[in-house]
Amino acid sequence: MTTSDARLYRPRASRFWWLHRRSYLLFVLRELSSVFVAWFVVYLLLLVTSVHRGSGSYQRFLEWSGLPWVLVLNIVALAFVLLHAITWFNLAPKAIVVRAAGRQVPPRSVAAAHFTAWALASAVVAWIVLGGL
Amino acid sequence: MPDTITLQVTRYRPEAGAPTLQEYQVPFREEWAVLDGLNYIKDQIDGTLSFRWSCRMGICGSCGMTVNGDPALTCGTFLSDYAPGPVRVEPLANFPVIRDLVVEIDDFMRKLPKVKPWLVRDEEPAVADLEFLQTPAELDAYKQFSMCINCMLCYAACPVYAIEPDFLGPAAIALAQRYNLDSRDQGAHQRLDVLATADGVWACTYVGECTNACPKGVDPAGAIQRYKLTAATRTLRSFLLPRAAR
Repeated sequence: MTTSDARLYRPRASRFWWLHRRSYLLFVLRELSSVFVAWFVVYLLLLVTSVHRGSGSYQRFLEWSGLPWVLVLNIVALAFVLLHAITWFNLAPKAIVVRAAGRQVPPRSVAAAHFTAWALASAVVAWIVLGGL
Repeated sequence: MPDTITLQVTRYRPEAGAPTLQEYQVPFREEWAVLDGLNYIKDQIDGTLSFRWSCRMGICGSCGMTVNGDPALTCGTFLSDYAPGPVRVEPLANFPVIRDLVVEIDDFMRKLPKVKPWLVRDEEPAVADLEFLQTPAELDAYKQFSMCINCMLCYAACPVYAIEPDFLGPAAIALAQRYNLDSRDQGAHQRLDVLATADGVWACTYVGECTNACPKGVDPAGAIQRYKLTAATRTLRSFLLPRAAR
């Protein structure tokens, strides 16, 4: 059935649609988290550059990192990056459907494998950073 | 138990301007769905109220509306769940309204055939060869997606569709997957050009509300994320092996 357009009522989407539902808000926060992921990449590049330029430069980078606003920014960024990572790994079983021995592997196991890999990778990085090598 | 419950129903008559909410008192009965309340209004109070319905048993997909802000099949949503009321009944969100609770679904009807939701074969077999046997495991691979009843609740729940009306949408993609994952189908490469696009799966940002809204447990969000992996793998393969057949 086709109706002439002039007679149709087209409700306008509210600019604040993302406040209407908890899941919408969580989704918008997850989208926003990409900005903080990008910030961590920039921060890492700054760190590598300062290390490359020598100990004086590295020391200045550490002092700058200790400034209250940089600290707060990094704490907020960490929270967003954790949200990003956790929601990403929770999404994994939706995208990856594994069949083994004629049966579908339970989605929880797929998610658990991802979280385990994440924990192992984090442990290795922590070991290197904390002077294991 | 109260005797009546209030239904606040959207009335839109194109000749009368913007939609308004109208209140009706309907009998409150434990076994009544919201649709029963609407039918009571239509039969006993106000015959001018317009809405779609057919089977009353959650399979025709006609009676989808917004009940207290959530997309729902009104035949499967009970008044007792909203007692003591009022219950707000509005047209399905994200679709233009024709009259009262009736929405225009042309957009979905245009998009659906694009994904070729039927068995595609490279060569049409002779009538004598038209039997395609399938194992229970092969049936299981797509069965969940075949439960879609085209009720469009997933479109009403999807904020991406609200913002980007060109988005192919949850049900159309889930139905594409229903055939892509069917062992009898050979049309996956034909659907790729529709699905692996900016208006296809890549428009989805995984809000996940389509799956929550689905009354048949189809999980369109899962179908879309799964196809993203398929599309990404195919793109990578065609980049690494440009001469290989699709």
